[in-house]
Amino acid sequence: MKPILEVKNLKVHFNTINGVVRAVDGISYYINEQEIVGLVGESGCGKSVSQLSILQLIQVPPGEIVDGEIFFEGMDLLKLKPYSDEMRSIRGGKISMIFQDVMTSLNPLLTIGQQLIEMLELHLRLNREKAKKRAIELLELVGIPDAKIRIDDYPHQFSGGMRQRVMIAMALSCNPKLVIADEPTTAVDVTTQAQLLEIMKDMVTRFKSSLVIVTHNLGIVARYTHRIYVMYAGKIVESGTSDEIFYLPRHPYTIALLGSVPRLDESHPRRLSPIWGLPPNLMDEIPGCAFRHRCLYAAQCENKSLPELKEVSPGHYVRCHLDIIKKDHEPFFRQQDIRS
Amino acid sequence: MNPFLDNKILEVKNLKMYFPITRGLLRKVVGLIKAVDNVSFEINRGEIFGLVGESGCGKTTIARCILKIYNPTEGKIFFEGNDITILTKSELRSMRKKIQLIFQDPYSSLDPRQSVGSIVGEPLKIHRLYEKENDYKNKIKELFLMVGLNPEMTNRYPHEFSGGQRQRIGIARALSCGPSFIVCDEPISALDVSIQAQIINLLLELKEKMGLTYLFISHDLSVVRYISNRIAIMYLGHIVEITDSEELYKNPLHPYTQALLSAVPIPDPYKERQRERIILKGDVPSPLNPPSGCPFHPRCWKAKEECYKEIPILRQVSSNHQVACLQV
Repeated sequence: MKPILEVKNLKVHFNTINGVVRAVDGISYYINEQEIVGLVGESGCGKSVSQLSILQLIQVPPGEIVDGEIFFEGMDLLKLKPYSDEMRSIRGGKISMIFQDVMTSLNPLLTIGQQLIEMLELHLRLNREKAKKRAIELLELVGIPDAKIRIDDYPHQFSGGMRQRVMIAMALSCNPKLVIADEPTTAVDVTTQAQLLEIMKDMVTRFKSSLVIVTHNLGIVARYTHRIYVMYAGKIVESGTSDEIFYLPRHPYTIALLGSVPRLDESHPRRLSPIWGLPPNLMDEIPGCAFRHRCLYAAQCENKSLPELKEVSPGHYVRCHLDIIKKDHEPFFRQQDIRS
Repeated sequence: MNPFLDNKILEVKNLKMYFPITRGLLRKVVGLIKAVDNVSFEINRGEIFGLVGESGCGKTTIARCILKIYNPTEGKIFFEGNDITILTKSELRSMRKKIQLIFQDPYSSLDPRQSVGSIVGEPLKIHRLYEKENDYKNKIKELFLMVGLNPEMTNRYPHEFSGGQRQRIGIARALSCGPSFIVCDEPISALDVSIQAQIINLLLELKEKMGLTYLFISHDLSVVRYISNRIAIMYLGHIVEITDSEELYKNPLHPYTQALLSAVPIPDPYKERQRERIILKGDVPSPLNPPSGCPFHPRCWKAKEECYKEIPILRQVSSNHQVACLQV
């Protein structure tokens, strides 16, 4: 399988009055054809920014893509101007996005039909009639009842879950190669979340697209993803197949993240092991490992330099000085941190 | 207090909370939103009672009725044996010492212009619990320590704290006047994943230490199952199932509970791929125009003719299991 998207050493900074925020600090990753990839991390770790910069949707200034290359279909997307025709044809056409906040990402003054048809006319050069027919088809595919009538409705006439379905239909309307879903289900209820994820998976399989799911919830990616990237403080700290991340996590952050959430299927609940402290401020210069202050294994770690991403088994990369295998070291408790 | 009711700290009986929809200049009532419709449950002393449901199902309305923020349309709420729906103003004031609330959003529930020390101490002043300034200050420091905050920080303002720390301040405020019952309304859903566990552990620790009883409201079933002894599932203003947390996972009886359980993701790829998922059709109906009969019947795959006509009542199916479904 060959990658359709390859990001190399991407750095995105925000120049604010108080200093430079290194939101994305040198990340590299790839996405294969028809692959579903998860990008997991806490809020503020740079996961959304890294995705927005693929389509150059970062506001410049204050944002600035400092360094890096993003290869898509053999060309470097960062060489294109944000408002150029090429970039516009990629945005929404070949790479599309599903946003978290649907109410603000649909235009409240246009019917959903107008918004869908506009995309189809622009990217696929369909005439109005054909575009409308296809728009109805798409709405039916994502499970909107009476699509023929509802196509003339405005976004506010739909419920949150239905609106997100419209977004999914819109994202997939032009047969994109890659769909980026940025926290697609955070604003909806669990049962709706299950519906939406199932629809998204069916749609990308049908259209043979790749899908990136950006989320803070490890649970929702478990069912669908082939590979997972874990981000912390602007860097990728671990990457591997889903199974490796969930069953053989090697980075203390991934281990801690898995240990800190209660699981529905546990019958004898263990004590949750929270991650103490706070993520670092990305405005500060972080020498060495960014997770050191919260790491349960920090006492064993002598090396104060920045750990490199190293391959621990084929395809499984970890950014840690120590060679941790979770089974050998049960994390010990550290409570003094919060009091300081 | 009635000694015979000692085990029950709170009893809600046939609670109904309807909100009128008014229209026009004369504010004529044109409809009713049945936010909570005929709900009954009991909470035992020292337990954590979970209340789960999707947004808009009436969880928070129940909490607000218990706290007497709303006056319920109908029904009775007994707290330690006394009906709180008929209390006088002064009785209410002393009752409020016993029942406290932890809010969902630690950003909007703390006054930005008040130092955190005075936020935590305000209930002490309102209830006039400490005469001497020194005792008052010591109590605040003690509360700060109890929730894992540095007692030197009492003079700071809320914006200087992170989300997790703010939630600790909210918890300290709830604990300040020595309550026996705390309503936690989605206390962790506004927090980051890595912080949530800290707050869950803190709530559990405090419960053990101070012998508290919680009503824990959340939409996250995994958290509720982890923290609660017994769980009630709500749908569209009705409680559809009440049972203990083990039984709920092993033997859910109501179709909605089954669907809800199957929709909760488990961070385990193998298990997830094996699991059967019940995908519900459609959306939750509007409480303005609820379906006839069983509120769940339009989305239920087990619905038969009688479900369209008859509203199922919550009935006991075994010693620790109540369900409201005609097909069970």
